[in-house]
Amino acid sequence: MSLKFLWLRAAAVATLFAAGSLAQAQQAPVRIGSTLALTGPLSATAQIHKLVGEIYVEQLNKRGGLLGRQVEWIVKDDQSKPDVARTLYEQLVTADKVDLLMGPYATGAILSAMGVAQRYDKILIHHTFGIPSLAKYERQFPAWSLGADPGTTVPTTVLGALGAAGKTPKTVAIVTSKFPSIHFMSLGAREVFKKRGVQEVLFLEWEFGNRDFGPIAARVKDAKPDFVWVGAIGLDGNLLLDAMKKIDYSPPLHFHLYPAPGPMVKAPEANGALSVSIFEDHAPYTNNPVALEFTKLFHDRATKANLPETNVEVQAAASYTAWQLLEAAVNGTKSLDDKKMADWLKANKVDTIQGKLRFDGPSNYGDDLMRVKQVQNGKWLIVYPPEVAAPGAKLIAK
Amino acid sequence: MSWPSANLLAQSALSGLFVGALYGLIGLGLGLSWGLLRTINLAHFAFVFAGAYLAYQLNASTGMDPLVALAAIVPLFFAAGVGLHALITRFNVSALNTLLVTFGLTAIIEAVIQAIWSADFRRLEWAHGHVKFKLGELFVPLPELVTLLMALAATFALWGVLRGTDLGKAMRAAAQDAPIAAAFGVNQKLLALLLAGTCAALAGVAGVCLSLSFTLAPAQIYAWVGVVFAAVMMGGLGSPVGPLVAGIVIGVSEALTMAITAPSWAPIVSFTLLIVLLLARPGRL
Repeated sequence: MSLKFLWLRAAAVATLFAAGSLAQAQQAPVRIGSTLALTGPLSATAQIHKLVGEIYVEQLNKRGGLLGRQVEWIVKDDQSKPDVARTLYEQLVTADKVDLLMGPYATGAILSAMGVAQRYDKILIHHTFGIPSLAKYERQFPAWSLGADPGTTVPTTVLGALGAAGKTPKTVAIVTSKFPSIHFMSLGAREVFKKRGVQEVLFLEWEFGNRDFGPIAARVKDAKPDFVWVGAIGLDGNLLLDAMKKIDYSPPLHFHLYPAPGPMVKAPEANGALSVSIFEDHAPYTNNPVALEFTKLFHDRATKANLPETNVEVQAAASYTAWQLLEAAVNGTKSLDDKKMADWLKANKVDTIQGKLRFDGPSNYGDDLMRVKQVQNGKWLIVYPPEVAAPGAKLIAK
Repeated sequence: MSWPSANLLAQSALSGLFVGALYGLIGLGLGLSWGLLRTINLAHFAFVFAGAYLAYQLNASTGMDPLVALAAIVPLFFAAGVGLHALITRFNVSALNTLLVTFGLTAIIEAVIQAIWSADFRRLEWAHGHVKFKLGELFVPLPELVTLLMALAATFALWGVLRGTDLGKAMRAAAQDAPIAAAFGVNQKLLALLLAGTCAALAGVAGVCLSLSFTLAPAQIYAWVGVVFAAVMMGGLGSPVGPLVAGIVIGVSEALTMAITAPSWAPIVSFTLLIVLLLARPGRL
């Protein structure tokens, strides 16, 4: 072989190699589309999901993206309206032609997105769907591991926590918002408490957006319950505790279903408030290095974004988990094929910051990983079950 | 169902009285603007929240007492109200179109609030926010008491001005028949600007009172629209006393409904009362 021929071959190989690298670098990004409630009544919590999505996509792109392609997240504002979310998901699939979908925030919008995903056979991983029995689409996957029947399991866990602390109540007041993903849980709690022989001394319901909690607080005070189950969403719990404080009443033990985490942890009257969680910013959760890195990043970004709660809790953790599931499904199948990814998720367990998640139960729900947390000295700490409780933390009761 | 105790009923009625006073205070400027200026100012609600956020910010960054902050908020909002009315007059916006224009302005103000303070909840921590008095077995919280006193003061001050002064009489005359009032030397344009500024300043006052008792979020601007409109319509457009009376009737009715029956029935109280009133007195609007 002549020297000239060798040179020509080397040049040809180098050119091909350079062209290949250039092509890979210039490959179109993987486009992931979603909506979030960037405005409207749900926007306070949706800001958390936006921040988490930005953090995750940034991390993902730093480690090479998906299938060697960079990831672009297209997020649109559904204005906290499920009907707008439906239109925007249609738009994402048909006009924007995104490769993959990510779920929006809150049950109503997720239900809308699920309908669109089903129409186009797209996989939909979502972070905050509150009514598992309504999730009928076979390619939807929940990142919030609240189990298939939270209406029974959550109140059972709460009673377990109270029992373990030697504070099983004899009487309960159940007061609840009629917000759909809250209401069925409170009705479930009624059944669980009844079966356990806890006497219900008060049951009250209010419409979402109620302003005056004074009369409700007065009725709870009059009923003198050992334990108050508050079917709260957003600020309801704060408003009720505030109204109770104004009439010089503090319930012995009180549980709030889905409170706005920042305002509740900062309110002095909320010290001792119980709630549920899948993740809190302390060991053993932060023993996972991925979780630890995320909590640090989130804290920094949330501080810069002036969010009132800068610790990772339920919302941020569920959001991060959803992105972890999407990445795992793409890497597991080495494709962006919705069917392959859905089949893979059903057949495999995925390591997430919440723990290992599986999707082989009813409505693709797996284990119930809901834990009981409590506000203690201005911090949310998981107090039950003991194996995931913050180091040294125990449920405190009056 | 057991009948609630007298103490529960009285405490609930007191709670309704306080929230009703806030309905009335918010409705005061809205009703005057609608009745006397023929401007259905939806931006009034955005002004209320802007006032609340300003009070929050002044307290958070300088520690200023929100009641002291009124000294800055009232003139600022007066100027904003004058400016808005000048624009509405300049472009000759009709009464119905003011509804659309001010709705747009509300959306803009909401977006500005969200851009500055984010969509998250903000709570003004007033130094005296936890003070409460005991009246027999009843508790009277100071922030709500301040709101009630502010509402009473603003309402009766305006009532006095509109009923007992030449300025007030000129305003009412201009609202009734502007050309004839002008023929008698009433400077209708100047009076309209003065009234628009006063209405906006009242929104600022209502905002400060709101911030004393409620946690703030931009989207909550719209949560007050229905019930306050009901109070204004029940109280009578252009009436200074009507919105407060109607607001208290609504607030107490809602509270007693919550105390006696299911709290979820409370939201229908205001509109049921309004419908009954309109059926009884169809010419009220």
